[in-house]
Amino acid sequence: MNQWKNFSKGFIKENAVFVLFLGLCPTLGVTTSAINGLGMGLATTFVLVMSNLVVSLVKNMIPDKVRIPAFIVIIATFVTVVELVMKGYVPVLFDALGLFIPLIVVNCVVLGRAEAFASKNTVWSSLVDGTGMGFGFTMALTVLGAVREILGSGAFFGMKMISGDAMLLFILPPGAFIALGYLIVLANMIKEKNT
Amino acid sequence: MEYVLIIIAAVFISNIVLNQFLGVCPFIGVSSKVETAIGMTGAVTFVMVIATLVTYLIFHSVLVPLDITYMRTITFILVIASLVQLVEIILKKISPPLYQALGIFLPLITTNCAVLGVAVLAIQKDFNLLESTVFAIGNAIGFGLALITFSGIREQLDLMNVPARMKGVPIAFIVAGLMALAFMGFAGIV
Repeated sequence: MNQWKNFSKGFIKENAVFVLFLGLCPTLGVTTSAINGLGMGLATTFVLVMSNLVVSLVKNMIPDKVRIPAFIVIIATFVTVVELVMKGYVPVLFDALGLFIPLIVVNCVVLGRAEAFASKNTVWSSLVDGTGMGFGFTMALTVLGAVREILGSGAFFGMKMISGDAMLLFILPPGAFIALGYLIVLANMIKEKNT
Repeated sequence: MEYVLIIIAAVFISNIVLNQFLGVCPFIGVSSKVETAIGMTGAVTFVMVIATLVTYLIFHSVLVPLDITYMRTITFILVIASLVQLVEIILKKISPPLYQALGIFLPLITTNCAVLGVAVLAIQKDFNLLESTVFAIGNAIGFGLALITFSGIREQLDLMNVPARMKGVPIAFIVAGLMALAFMGFAGIV
């Protein structure tokens, strides 16, 4: 397969969040600001790339029947690595993301790529696929985080742009659902234009 | 009284789906029909309560004494995955009709973050065994309440005249937002 196509499909065409509706829990849960969205996206991307790499390396050694538990163990290992590293080096972000760091292990994007792509393809394509998908996921989270931060607290990446109150609703849980709903419409419009 | 408060808080105030954002994937994925929503709720309740109980026991009798609590994520997800498999096998043998009804949902539950989330939350909140179980039951009820209400609304929504681009998932998200807004009204009752 054309590697550029393989890499770029995660941006819009098969975007995990906007098109496939996978990994919605962290998407909604952590995106109260753009920086949180970016941090969560990068953590997930790391796990995605590493698990894709390892799964594609060991795919011929794992019996078919136990492949899902085996994939989950591989993923959980890298999630634990991310957990410990973030706790040590970025404690503020670690606290902000809270429960959603260990929950990367049940992020359907990660297991979905391991099962649907890495277990059938070569190491190199799996790496490219993981990076592209992770990039698309990170982009989705950052955009949603930025929209919610701008509308909800009038700031962008922590820089205050207006004085006084903004629409607090967008920082609160209901705003997450509503903002994502409209962003999906927008993504669909972009997708239609491109095809 | 304390246990009643845990349940009320879990069902209404910090509803697992609408406030904590756990289990959003099945919330969007299997909510287009009320029947499937009820099936999913049954399966989740079953697994969530057992999983919280088992992970609690493993955490406090194996991981803490051995001082390997950093293995929490790996252990918990393995316990949940094998539990789901076990439940599937047992149900198939004991109650085929129930297996027919819940069967397709069971494999999905392994990657339902609500189950792992509740197990981890129960540990983080320092609950004892009984409190953890009550907490799991409360969250399962909360999940069911949100999912079944939502699927009822979505069934009606299919008959409505929605702008073409908003049909399906986008409008579902906006409805979920409004539901979350309604649930915020419960804040402060405990």
